[in-house]
Amino acid sequence: MVPRPATCDDQGVTSPSARPAPPVRRAYRPAGRRLVSGVSAGVADHLGVDTLWVRLAFTVTAVLNGVGIVAYLLLWRFLPIADDTASPGLEAAGRRGLRTARTTTWVDHTRAVAILALGAGVALALQVSGQGIAWGWLVPLTVGGAGLAVMWRGLDDVGRVSRLRWWSVARVVVGIGLVAAAAAFAVTVEGGWSALADAGVAIAVALVGLAIVAGPWIASLVTDLGAERRERVRSQERADVAAHLHDSVLQTLSLLQKYADDPATVSTVARRQERELRAWLYGGDELADSTLAVAMRAAADEVEDHHRVAVELVVVGDTPVDPDVVAVVRAAREAMVNAAKHAGVDRVDVFAEASPGVVEVFVRDRGAGFDPESVDPDRMGLRGSIMDRVRRHGGRAEVRSSPGSGTEVRLVLPRPERPSHDEPKRDEPKHQEHNPGTTDPRSEHDRV
Amino acid sequence: MTVSDPNPVVGDAQLRVVLVDDHAMFRTGVRAEITASVDVVGEAGDVDAAVEVIVRTRPDVVLLDVHLPGGGGPEVLRRLSTSAPEVRCLALSVSDAAEDVIGVIRAGARGYVTKTISGEDLVDAIGRVAAGDAVFSPRLAGFVLDAFAGHVEVAQVDSDLDRLTEREREVMRLIARGYAYKEVAKELFISPKTVETHVSSVLRKLQLSSRHELTRWANDRRLI
Repeated sequence: MVPRPATCDDQGVTSPSARPAPPVRRAYRPAGRRLVSGVSAGVADHLGVDTLWVRLAFTVTAVLNGVGIVAYLLLWRFLPIADDTASPGLEAAGRRGLRTARTTTWVDHTRAVAILALGAGVALALQVSGQGIAWGWLVPLTVGGAGLAVMWRGLDDVGRVSRLRWWSVARVVVGIGLVAAAAAFAVTVEGGWSALADAGVAIAVALVGLAIVAGPWIASLVTDLGAERRERVRSQERADVAAHLHDSVLQTLSLLQKYADDPATVSTVARRQERELRAWLYGGDELADSTLAVAMRAAADEVEDHHRVAVELVVVGDTPVDPDVVAVVRAAREAMVNAAKHAGVDRVDVFAEASPGVVEVFVRDRGAGFDPESVDPDRMGLRGSIMDRVRRHGGRAEVRSSPGSGTEVRLVLPRPERPSHDEPKRDEPKHQEHNPGTTDPRSEHDRV
Repeated sequence: MTVSDPNPVVGDAQLRVVLVDDHAMFRTGVRAEITASVDVVGEAGDVDAAVEVIVRTRPDVVLLDVHLPGGGGPEVLRRLSTSAPEVRCLALSVSDAAEDVIGVIRAGARGYVTKTISGEDLVDAIGRVAAGDAVFSPRLAGFVLDAFAGHVEVAQVDSDLDRLTEREREVMRLIARGYAYKEVAKELFISPKTVETHVSSVLRKLQLSSRHELTRWANDRRLI
């Protein structure tokens, strides 16, 4: 549903990485935030640093020995260009102008120009002081580089939009012109010195020019094929959306009309529909029972459905499920059911937190409450399904309640320390999928 | 969400509120729910109209939808920061997306509640915002805990803005568990005023922290 490049290529590799493999993050050039090519923004996103530093790094290495220029051009060629993706709900809101989109601001532009001017100034100073390269080379190289940039920017746009725009084509043409001019200049300068080398250089330059000109075209042809395939997938998705709306929302609306005079049913049906739609709009492609957050969500939904109570679930962090976590989730579910049945309230607050060393779940209601000392022996739910179950799995359960002030059940499950990030051990089952939407952000920071 | 303050009115006058939401039906509903306790002085359905009506009426509190034609709630906040910086905004949205929630807070909203909030709780939240306090729903508290969860190297911490104190974390966890401010105060043996101080301090950190983890977190998660 969400076009995120989730790849699991590394699942079978016995890498010395201790942490369960996070989804492979692929760098891309964000189409909406390009100043020139989007390379800096893409690299900055990927490394998690400010774009400013990336630009500065490129400029410094470019002035020092030209490596920056080569790296930049290579990245431009090989990083795919893509739109920033979001969940369907966010994308829809973004398209209709209801949200603020992430775009470039004048600050970005000013900074980039400032850095560029700085780099150019230093380069010029080097030239004047005689430490740079020969002027006869610098001029064609600069012109040729600029030509390349103009042309590739045009090609980026030509490859992306379905309808050709004249300025994209003009960019390509101007770019080719600049490259050709640079090549011609280089040839005449060389030719003046040595007639023999003239022909060889001309041919070499022509070949290189041809490769540079035709290479991107071929590449973009291949990309176009991919784009066509994507378009097909997109139209299928659109059909899926229509089908989904028909099966869910339309049905619910007709149900609501039918039961208009039964408030209880109306609110149950509406709530179920809201939950379903919410999961669809803002949720990821979560695999059932793959992580604590998903399992808790499922349990809360189930309780909401069967017991006509609103469960406000907040999950912080996440962890893959194993039998111990399953036990905690089941106990939490039982606690929710208890609250729904006995507390006499229409709302239960549930908070689950997965920290590196412990999983904690709190189930709280503001209902009738009871005296934990005098629990009926027949209230097996509390003792058997909650306390003993969690205890069997190495955790503990505490119940805080008094008549009139509601009940809070706390479930604590200590987690064995995961191997630290240097040990070549992985105790997670191989089939664990890590959904990008629910990945514990902490796992990226090596905190164990 | 929170136990109601018996009297959300500051001073004698009723609080003056502007409703900003692009769904007229929703505005009507909210107006009907809160009109007994506060004075709804204006409504708006998009960014331009919102800024205009807020600057003209200078309300105590603005109830601001996150998704709005013309750039969304954050855009309204940005424009208000120059034209009416003293106006306090409470974000109100159906969106569950962390990006939206954290985004509107960082743009300057004093709190975030979901549209399913009851009228009574909403009035209470309005009073809280008008008094200069922050309003955290359990979900927002969860997001905050997630956002500040990452380990930060000491060298990287250029100020206290980049992490929560132990006490602030405790307060956030209790709010995420569904505790009202008063219940948090009782649980931690501190005064409700202290709880409000902690929450306001968390809000400030959320708005001012330049930790790139915070933005990256919102970026990476995208979905909740």
